[in-house]
Amino acid sequence: METPILEMKSITKEFPGVKALDNVTFSVRKGEVHCLVGENGAGKSTLMKVLSGVHAFGTYTGDIFVEGELQKFNGIRDSEHAGIAIIYQELALIPELSVYENIFLGNEVSNGIVIDSNESISQAIDILKKVGLDVNPLTKIKNLGVGKQQLVEIAKALKKDVRILILDEPTAALNETDSDNLLQLIRGLKEQGVTCILISHKLREVMEIADTITVLRDGKTVTTLDVEADKVNEPVLIKHMVGRSIDNIFPKRENVNIGEEVLRLENWSAFSYALGRDILKNVNISVHAGEIVGIAGLMGSGRTELAKSIFGNPDHYRLSGKVFINGKEQKFRSPHDAIKSSMAYVTEDRKGNGLILIDDVKHNISLANLKEITTGGVINENEEILIANKYRSELNIKTPTIQQKVRNLSGGNQQKVSLGKWLFVKPGIMILDEPTRGIDVGAKYEIYTIMNSLVEQGMSIIMISSELPEVLGMSDRIYVMSAGKINGEMPVEDASQEGIMALAVDY
Amino acid sequence: MEDLKVKSNQAHLSKSLLDIMKTNISQYFMFIALIVIMIFFTVTTDGVFISSRNISNLINQMGYIAVLAVGMTLIIVIRHIELSVGYLAGFLGAFSAIALTFWGWPIYAVIPAVMILGILAGLLTATPVAKLGVPAFVSTMAAGLIFRGALLLVTMGTGTIVIRDPVFNAIGNGYIPDLPLGGFLPGKHKLTLIIGLIGIILSILSAIKSRRTKLSYNFQVPSFGLFIAQLVLISGLIGYISWILSGYNGISWSLVILLLVVAVFQFITTKTPLGRHIYAVGGNPEAAELSGISVSKITYIVFAAMGLLSSLSGIMYASRLRSATTTAGLGFETDAIAAAFVGGVSAAGGVGTITGSIIGALVMMSLTSGMNLMNIDISIQYIVRGAVLVLAVVFDRITRRNQ
Ligand SMILES: Nc1ncnc2c1ncn2[C@@H]1O[C@H](COP(=O)(O)OP(=O)(O)OP(=O)(O)O)[C@@H](O)[C@H]1O
Ligand SMILES: [Mg+2]
Repeated sequence: METPILEMKSITKEFPGVKALDNVTFSVRKGEVHCLVGENGAGKSTLMKVLSGVHAFGTYTGDIFVEGELQKFNGIRDSEHAGIAIIYQELALIPELSVYENIFLGNEVSNGIVIDSNESISQAIDILKKVGLDVNPLTKIKNLGVGKQQLVEIAKALKKDVRILILDEPTAALNETDSDNLLQLIRGLKEQGVTCILISHKLREVMEIADTITVLRDGKTVTTLDVEADKVNEPVLIKHMVGRSIDNIFPKRENVNIGEEVLRLENWSAFSYALGRDILKNVNISVHAGEIVGIAGLMGSGRTELAKSIFGNPDHYRLSGKVFINGKEQKFRSPHDAIKSSMAYVTEDRKGNGLILIDDVKHNISLANLKEITTGGVINENEEILIANKYRSELNIKTPTIQQKVRNLSGGNQQKVSLGKWLFVKPGIMILDEPTRGIDVGAKYEIYTIMNSLVEQGMSIIMISSELPEVLGMSDRIYVMSAGKINGEMPVEDASQEGIMALAVDY
Repeated sequence: MEDLKVKSNQAHLSKSLLDIMKTNISQYFMFIALIVIMIFFTVTTDGVFISSRNISNLINQMGYIAVLAVGMTLIIVIRHIELSVGYLAGFLGAFSAIALTFWGWPIYAVIPAVMILGILAGLLTATPVAKLGVPAFVSTMAAGLIFRGALLLVTMGTGTIVIRDPVFNAIGNGYIPDLPLGGFLPGKHKLTLIIGLIGIILSILSAIKSRRTKLSYNFQVPSFGLFIAQLVLISGLIGYISWILSGYNGISWSLVILLLVVAVFQFITTKTPLGRHIYAVGGNPEAAELSGISVSKITYIVFAAMGLLSSLSGIMYASRLRSATTTAGLGFETDAIAAAFVGGVSAAGGVGTITGSIIGALVMMSLTSGMNLMNIDISIQYIVRGAVLVLAVVFDRITRRNQ
């Protein structure tokens, strides 16, 4: 047997109160696509941060071998030197800089003093070709869609001779088309001899691309599977990940009981001063009590803008049209007003505008409904602890204590905190924007179950999602958006992936 | 079985102690640093530093900066800065002097009027920041220039205005009266000791009450031993400070004002929804807005509070000097900002406590007072204070990163 290109032996990494990695062994063959899967908080990102030197040598125990050689990385630079490149769960591009400036950020092409922009640009063009991205290198990052930004990230990683490319949930924020492009690119890189380690919660794409799969659970290696030899399929994988089998990823709702109309938009339009154009055009939708309404569409089709424009319009679009809540016209001037009318909005970007990362779990959960735990003007911190612990156990949030800073939770567990915060508001209408982005299968199932029980109790849910199976599996009715317009509406029985896609790309 | 229980109890004790130390290390560190600094000066000045008279003076000198530091903490917590507070304090001090001496207003009208003016000035400065997103750096710098001009304008004809109102002058120089207990404990200020005793009793009672409530919720509480140790420490501290103060005139009116300000702001920031909202806006304004918190409303409130505290600072300073001068307030903002940063406020927002900034103010004032006693030249004093400021912030960054 040839030496593996990468071997991590008995890796243990502790944070205060958490053993994130417990004697993990991880071995990758040269030239393969190796997928790393596991529940939220299993330790996937941490393992890769150890590998790339973010958690420096000495802060963990165990050994890392690259092509048989022991490595002691003290930082990203060291691992880059050894031919390892990592793309993080969160994009790390600078929006105001151009594509080529981002690609060479930190490694500027220069004569020692002055940056050689012509040389940079010509090199950038070559690298962009490699990742199949056809954009002008002078374009600013902020003017690209997320799919293209992701490719720029990869281009940035590929500028050096890369032997091992690590991608931490690269497709979490991508739609199907962009995801497929990315997988295609990974196949291409594999042909060029680059070894890829891919972390993903989208098991379908894992099955599609992996040669080998390693499953982590609670900081330990559960198993490493050869996809062909071991005849791996999704149910088997799920069983390894969560320790039990899940028969139907989308739980069925017992009593579908659709009631009165609770929300209606009439000729709802919005103009963004920042972008200088209309972002919503004559939207008419209606939502009933006890109903889950799915909103499908491509990235940038105006779904998040629609949610924000209803939810008190924090971005100050110029609005026209009417909103009716429970039959009464409402003019919300701020999210505060919307919350008072018993609405909730779980944002898609939990780090950017969903959570206070530097604050702890309990303060985040109580933030939008402090009045419930305030008596005589004073917050009852003991009640707060009870409430936070309640949501922690209901949503199965993995954290050593509710005093933990949210920043230190894994991505999926942050999402659950965000959900807990809005459940505590006890809303009548809940807008969920990409509710299961970055969430593991087990937790997805839990969230779907919670959604079902909420609507059974008469709540209404508007679910914005880029994952078509989720839209089809959970909604009662579906709207498809495209370029700020509603392009179609259908009950779920009449919907299909192809039908939705056709409407979504029809401008 | 019994044995096991004891063991787990001990494990619990050491763990909770360690946890407390770890989570609060930067705050405890500044407190320890303060004590080290005080001991250092006590030794180098043969005990003059810790004498009742010097400590009493130190507190009176610190008062008008410390109240500013309290407001500055909140300003920095919500990611802004306030550069106009020194000039505003100077201007409002002059306004008080004019109202008292030239217009003949009674003091009971002057003080509320000045406080209202302070609030209005804060709201005015905040308007471009809250409404249009103008950087506070610019808006408050401009306001500072305007207040400075206003101060020069109102003192133009007269120069320094001498204040003769005894009540007003007592604010910065006077002490609370003593009880006529004659021969009992001669040389000591009895009322100060009694207040200290009441303070000890109240803090013990409230600690016991909070522990009881926690237990009734079935929450973990620190072990009984640790709890007693905490009580002893706090009581000892209050007792010692009252003892020192009682050796020289007792509690000053400046200290009374400072304690009230700290109590009110500590309560608001730690116990009320408003406090939570302030920290949420500092931690992530967008997330706060989407949680139903009006960022602009919080901005107005914090700047208004800062304006109110500037008015108190101005009154305390004018009263201490028994006059309004053309240079009053010069550089106060720098001292307040320094105190806040030494006390652990983070410029990135969302982090910083009132008590921390008070400790920061004490550190800076102790340095000044101690070095004055040692007859160290003012040039060296500036260098030392600058070095301490930067060291404190560096240490704070390092401990935070390690968490
Ligand atoms: N800097 C940190 N401080 C404290 N705990 C941390 C830190 N980073 C990670 N952890 C903890 O380590 C554990 C593993 O986290 P990690 O981010 O590796 O999970 P993950 O498998 O990538 O999950 P996800 O799928 O949700 O991204 C979690 O319990 C997390 O809370
Ligand atoms: Mg992760």
